[in-house]
Amino acid sequence: MDCALVAIATGEKAQNLRELRDCLKTTHRGCLYFHFWGGLLRQHSSDTEFQNDFANWSSRSLNDLRVAEQLSLIDPNVHKDLESLRREIIEVIEQRLSETEYVPWAKPGNEFQFIRSQTVVFDTGIRINKPEELKEIIPNLTLSSIFYHFIDARRRTIEHKNDFIVWLSGFGKKYAELINRLDRIDPYFTTLSELREETGDIFQQYFKNRA
Amino acid sequence: MKSLLEQYAVIVGNEVIDHLKQLANPLKGMKIIHINSTKEGGGVAEILNQLIPLKRELGIDAEWEVIKGSSEFYQCTKKMHNALQGNREEISGALLKAYEDTNLQNYELLGSRLQEASVVFIHDPQPAPLLRFCSVRKGKWLWRCHIDVSHPFRPVWKYLREHVEGYDASIWSLADFAQPLSHPLYLIPPSIDPLSDKNKDLSESEISGYLDSWNIDRDIPVITQVSRFDRFKDPIGVIQAYQLVKQYTPVQLVLAGGSATDDPEGAQVLNEVKEFAGNDSDIHILELPPDAHRAINAMQRGSDIVLQKSLREGFGLTVTEALWKGKPVIAGQTGGIKLQVINHYNGFLVNTPEGAALRIRYLLKHPGIMETMGNKAHEVVLNNFLITRHLQEYLTLVLALLYGSEDRIEIKMHATA
Repeated sequence: MDCALVAIATGEKAQNLRELRDCLKTTHRGCLYFHFWGGLLRQHSSDTEFQNDFANWSSRSLNDLRVAEQLSLIDPNVHKDLESLRREIIEVIEQRLSETEYVPWAKPGNEFQFIRSQTVVFDTGIRINKPEELKEIIPNLTLSSIFYHFIDARRRTIEHKNDFIVWLSGFGKKYAELINRLDRIDPYFTTLSELREETGDIFQQYFKNRA
Repeated sequence: MKSLLEQYAVIVGNEVIDHLKQLANPLKGMKIIHINSTKEGGGVAEILNQLIPLKRELGIDAEWEVIKGSSEFYQCTKKMHNALQGNREEISGALLKAYEDTNLQNYELLGSRLQEASVVFIHDPQPAPLLRFCSVRKGKWLWRCHIDVSHPFRPVWKYLREHVEGYDASIWSLADFAQPLSHPLYLIPPSIDPLSDKNKDLSESEISGYLDSWNIDRDIPVITQVSRFDRFKDPIGVIQAYQLVKQYTPVQLVLAGGSATDDPEGAQVLNEVKEFAGNDSDIHILELPPDAHRAINAMQRGSDIVLQKSLREGFGLTVTEALWKGKPVIAGQTGGIKLQVINHYNGFLVNTPEGAALRIRYLLKHPGIMETMGNKAHEVVLNNFLITRHLQEYLTLVLALLYGSEDRIEIKMHATA
């Protein structure tokens, strides 16, 4: 499978940290998904300092490095759903607002713009029957396909795991070691091309050792 | 002769082209019509010139129609354009009547095809009222706004809003440029075409030929700003930055822009620029015709650093063009420039002539860093701002609109061979 993403402005804007918190309480939950994970598909932003848009904006536009660092440490992987993620972001901002004497502001033109996305998922027509085949397939997957099977899968599958793990689990305990290695990949602090390389290497090594 | 898709595959890779084919698969044979008001000149026409053949090669029945109007119509839309960008422009009732009448006349010619089309893209305000006349349409209608409408002259926006509110969705280049409307506001930045005369690779001899013809010494570093002679582009600030740099190191400045014969304010700014430049033989002011695409290309490629010291900017496609040519860009922190120039990565964002001068001196002193930044600049455009990414987002948007409005749309289909 593969996917493509298109962004939609919600029209909500925040000029300061308090407005950011207020918008976060009600904004479309798709905004949380986009501002945490969408950056992976906007490839040039892989060079940004922090891992999510809220932290980057707090650093660049509010010049509040303290809250930026705290927001950047939020790991979306540990949240089972976006509502739980929303609660944690709001909690971090509430904490910062309670300890600071003034509310940090962004200059006009540098407001935080809330954006959500729509994802179109389509079938690539590629089918495999044996896990060994993945060692050849993965290096040639598009980055958006990696996004779909690794990132998107976490909110789609019951186990909140990537699609490779879910599929391999269907073979019983036969691939337990491979599953374990795949499960140790942290997709948050990486780019999609690095993720593709890391996953491809795991499959290569695993099946090379068994050849 | 390679097909267009094959030519793009050489630049962006087969995986990107395969992705486009897969997205286009369910849209094969579908009628998609784009409408704007000019066949040549301007960014919209440049994009459509390549986008339509590309869509057709992907099997989509894409068409491009241009509406025609009287001089009153163009007078009205010019004023409307300026007003949407924030100028206080009163538009008379007579001009607005010409605007609506022109759209009705064009609808009488195009109506039957527009009624049948699966998707209609209306570009900018000129053809916006067409929707109102098409009461029995079958497909989805999208209004593509290429203008920065972040701070419009309100009475004109209020009038136009009546014409665009009824669209199924609108498309904006940046969230900052959009106005709230009751339909979804999609965000799709514009793009450049790497195969066009303005952006394709040129031979070293062709580049030298152009620079020699303008008496530019290739042994002395060249900094260049390509833009109209407009106060928002801050050409005087560019000269001030150059003068600050020249106190420390030899350098030449090129200000390349269109000839200002049809723009009274442009002519006035050009005169101010010439006066401010004085008799400095290292400042080259080039007045180029609108179709001098290869000359602009050569000038950008022959430069060491490109500036775009705008005080206000739309998306800033001249920045995209320079980044594509592997040039670090020193630019004003405004509009779409903020999306393209990542500070200290592929260029610098600056706020004053002094800031620009500091960064120019830094880069001229560190040619290795200049080269690294230039490579990153090219890569940023390759991954984000080429026409193939633009097309991919248009196709995704069309699929999203046709197949549902949820966050996730699953399309049952099979890939092309």
